[in-house]
Amino acid sequence: MIELAVNARGVGKTFPTKDGDVVALTEVELTVEAGEFVSLIGPSGCGKSTLLRLIADLDPASTGTLEIFGKPASQARVDQDYGIAFQQAGLLPWRTVAGNIALPLELHGMAKPARAARVAELAELVGLTEFVDRYPDQLSGGMQQRVAIARALAEQPRLLLMDEPFGALDEMTREYLQGELTRIAAETGAAVVFVTHSIPEAVFLSDRVVVMSPRPGRITEILSTGLDDIRDEALRESPEYFERVTAVREALHGIPVERANER
Amino acid sequence: MTTTSNAVRTPPVWVRVVAPITVGVVILVIWIVAVDVVKAAPRALPSPIAITNEFVLRSGIIVEDMGITASNALIGLVAGAIVAIVLAALAATSRPVDGMLAPLVAAIAVVPIVALTPILNTMFGASSQFGRQSVAAIAAFVPVFVNVLRGLRQTRPVHRDVLRSSAATGLQTFRVLTLPTALPYLMSGLRIASSIAVIAALVAEYFGGPADGIGTAIATYAKSGRASLAFAYVAGGIAIGLVFFLVTSLLEWLVSRRKPV
Ligand SMILES: Nc1ncnc2c1ncn2[C@@H]1O[C@H](COP(=O)(O)OP(=O)(O)O)[C@@H](O)[C@H]1O
Ligand SMILES: [Mg+2]
Repeated sequence: MIELAVNARGVGKTFPTKDGDVVALTEVELTVEAGEFVSLIGPSGCGKSTLLRLIADLDPASTGTLEIFGKPASQARVDQDYGIAFQQAGLLPWRTVAGNIALPLELHGMAKPARAARVAELAELVGLTEFVDRYPDQLSGGMQQRVAIARALAEQPRLLLMDEPFGALDEMTREYLQGELTRIAAETGAAVVFVTHSIPEAVFLSDRVVVMSPRPGRITEILSTGLDDIRDEALRESPEYFERVTAVREALHGIPVERANER
Repeated sequence: MTTTSNAVRTPPVWVRVVAPITVGVVILVIWIVAVDVVKAAPRALPSPIAITNEFVLRSGIIVEDMGITASNALIGLVAGAIVAIVLAALAATSRPVDGMLAPLVAAIAVVPIVALTPILNTMFGASSQFGRQSVAAIAAFVPVFVNVLRGLRQTRPVHRDVLRSSAATGLQTFRVLTLPTALPYLMSGLRIASSIAVIAALVAEYFGGPADGIGTAIATYAKSGRASLAFAYVAGGIAIGLVFFLVTSLLEWLVSRRKPV
C-alpha cells in the first residue's frame, strides 16, 4: 500500500463571524501520495489557504477527518512531519539568514555543532551559502523566499506546504525558483502541496492539479498532468505543456470569480 | 533634476549637523551682544561668558549636585521601568489584569505627578532622596508601560504561524518572537521616559527634601540674585538631560536597526 502524505475525507471549515457563519470549505476529498507534487488552484476566496492551514493544523477542521501520514494533523505538526512556507517569507528581521534557517532546529533543541552543519547544508541546497551572515532586510524578495524554504526544510519534513510562495515575486525570479523547487522536491523526496493563482506555474510544477471553486469553497476537478519528471525550460515550450495549461484553464472556466470579500 | 528634489526632501548629513549648530551659534552671539555689548538685557539674564566663568569656577560642587539629581533620575527611571515592564507583561497575557490596569494608568497619566511631591517629600522625611526618586519613578512608569504593552501586541500573524508550525511552546514563542518584537517599543518608551524622569527628579527638588541637587541650587541662587550661578546649574541640568537622551536614543537605534521585511 502506498503511504498517504495527506488524506482528507469530507473536510469542511466554517468561520463564525459577526455577520453569520462563513463556509470557507466543504466536502473536501483529497489524497496526496508520499513524494507527490500537488497544486491547489482557483480564484481568490475559494479556500486554498484555508485547506493548507487545516493540513498544517494552524486552524482546526470543522467537519470530516484529516490525516497526515496516517496521524491527526495536530500530531503531525508536533512531530514536525511537514514544513511550511507562506507568500510573506515571515523571516525574523533581527536574525541573520543562518539564524532564521536554524530557528526550528533551535526550538527542538538540536545541539549547536549539528545545527551549524545542517544550516550549511540547507543554505547550499537553496544556493545562499554566501549570504548566511546577512540580515533579511539586506536580501531581495526572491532570496528571502529561499531562506523561508530552507527553514521549512530544516527538519527534513516528508511534506512541504506552500501558500503562494512566489506570488509576490517578478516573473523571472518566479520561473527560476520554480525550477529550483522541482529540483529540491526531487532531491528531498518530499511531497508538496502548493497553492497558486497561476495556471502555468501549477502545470509546470505538479503531478496533479486540484481545481477549486468558491461559495462555498470546494474541489471541482483534479487533473493529472502526466508530464515526466524532467522539469526544465524546454518543458515550458513543449506542446504537452501547452495542452495541460489549456486543460486547467478550461477546468477553471465557468468558475465565478469572487470580487467582494477578497482576501 | 532628480538629485535636487531629493536633496530638498532629505538634506545630506552635514547640513543636518551644521544647521542646528549654526542656529545655536547665532543665538549665542546675539545673546552676548545684547548683554555684554549693548547692555540691553535685564539683570536676571547674565551673559554666557559670565555663566561659563561661574561653571568653571564652581565646577566641583556643580558636578556633585549633578550626580545627586542624575542618580535620583536614574534610580526612578529604572524602578519605574521595571514595574512598568512587569505590569505590561501581565496586562498583555491576561484580559482581566489589562482591564484593571488601564484606568489606573490613565489616572496616573493625567495627574501632574509633580503636584504630589510636597506630600511625598514630607512622607519620607527631609533627609531622604526617596520622595524625589518616587516622583521620577511614577513619571517614568507611564510611557514605558504604554509602549511595552503596545510592543507586546505587535507580533505579526505570519510569524505566529511560523512558530506554531514549528511546534514552539508558549514560552519559546515569547522568547524568540514576542520579546524581540517588543524590544524597540520598550526602548522608545525608555527614551521618552528618560527625559521625563530627569525633569521630574529636578523639579521635585523645588518642593523640599535634602538641601542638595541641581534644582535646589537653581532655586536658591535665583532667589538670592546670583543669576550667573543659577544659570550655570541650569546648564548642568541640560547636560544631564542630554546624556540621558543620547544614551537611550543609542539603545533604541541599536535594537531597531533591522527593518521588518
Ligand atoms: N479567519 C477567517 N475568518 C472569517 N472568514 C475567513 C477566515 N479565513 C478565511 N475566511 C473566508 O474563507 C474563504 C476562503 O478564504 P481563503 O482560504 O483565504 O481563500 P484563498 O486562499 O483561496 O484565496 C473566504 O471567503 C474568506 O473570506
Ligand atoms: Mg490565499
